[in-house]
Amino acid sequence: MYKTVILGTGPAGLTSAIYLARANMEPLILEGPEPGGQLTLTTAVENYPGFSDPVMGPELIDTMRAQAKRFGAQFKTALVKEVDFSSRPFRLEADGLGEIQAESVIVSTGARAKMLEIPGEAENLGRGVSTCATCDGFFFRDKKVVVVGGGDSAMEEALFLTKFAKEVQVIHRRNELRASKIMQDRAMNNEKISWIFNSIPMEILSQNNQLTGIRVKNKETQEEQLIETDGVFLAIGHIPNTDFLKEAINIYPNGYVKVEPGTTNTNIPGVFAAGDVQDQRYKQAVTAAGTGCMAAMDVETFIETNPLK
Amino acid sequence: MVKELRANEFDTLVKAEEKPVVLKFTADWCPGCKQLAPIVESVAEELEEEIAFYHVDVDEELEFAQQYQVMSIPTLILFKNGEEADRVTAPEASEEVVRDFSSQ
Repeated sequence: MYKTVILGTGPAGLTSAIYLARANMEPLILEGPEPGGQLTLTTAVENYPGFSDPVMGPELIDTMRAQAKRFGAQFKTALVKEVDFSSRPFRLEADGLGEIQAESVIVSTGARAKMLEIPGEAENLGRGVSTCATCDGFFFRDKKVVVVGGGDSAMEEALFLTKFAKEVQVIHRRNELRASKIMQDRAMNNEKISWIFNSIPMEILSQNNQLTGIRVKNKETQEEQLIETDGVFLAIGHIPNTDFLKEAINIYPNGYVKVEPGTTNTNIPGVFAAGDVQDQRYKQAVTAAGTGCMAAMDVETFIETNPLK
Repeated sequence: MVKELRANEFDTLVKAEEKPVVLKFTADWCPGCKQLAPIVESVAEELEEEIAFYHVDVDEELEFAQQYQVMSIPTLILFKNGEEADRVTAPEASEEVVRDFSSQ
């Protein structure tokens, strides 16, 4: 049995791991299908304190992982399919590892990319539809691509894609961007990027397994427009990875874990949540790391005050 | 070891191969590929008698990848009698998933 099991290896889980390993709690960290989380899909990170020069997302994660390992944190690759938090020790059913018992659990499973859920999307995923510009941008050298979304990640994807594509169009459903000023300015000043505002994607079109375009509808005029493109990159937000927890802890209807404000406590004593899985508002690498630290400290207090008999 | 396949070897190593062949399209800058690599390696070793496995580095063979409409990696393509039988992009990194895909 483990004193604590951490689910997820993004900045939240890894920060928890650093704190708990350093406190001799011998944490087990379970790594899911997207090791390192969203940071591994980004390029230069400019707003993580401690790096006066930009640090690459994957490198930042590798460094955090090495830091946790240095204090003896143990990592295993396994996806948790089911949990039983009804009594202690908690039981987790992990693919490939079988049942794991734990005195406490930190849920830091993060979030996955949201899809548009429109016709043509699912069948073209990996054939022109992508949720990761840094992974797939390479295949669009001298091609035309669109990015759907209006936040910071959409700006980042669009800017990254200008390194490969000859033309990048950003489709956004509102007439103003949600992205931070600095990212907006960068995107607006890039001459390869053009903008289609007030427009909602309706359908992704393909021919012979080759993506050919995206049909969008203008919200004001109701007019539809066909945009010819070779690739569609989605940056419309994320869905927390909580499907396996629905029966076990309190979850908001939109999928985020409910935590007691100012703590990482879920409704089950001994189960804590950190990072994007419980963050509806900030969703930054540094806030994830911050709540990861909080969860680790909450675990320590919990184990001390609630020893298993 | 899963060996590298160059485009000019496709006819001899894939087209002419009697066993099913799994091509893994990958690159060294792709985080998903890094996680999948040891899993494919282990499944390839296990099924070595029945199925041939190769990896294609898209940095080296972009044209070949494009010819097979690979636009996202990692992608696994299963060939039977030299023809594409199935493909999967960014599969869950589990031996079970890769084994089931490869031996279908």
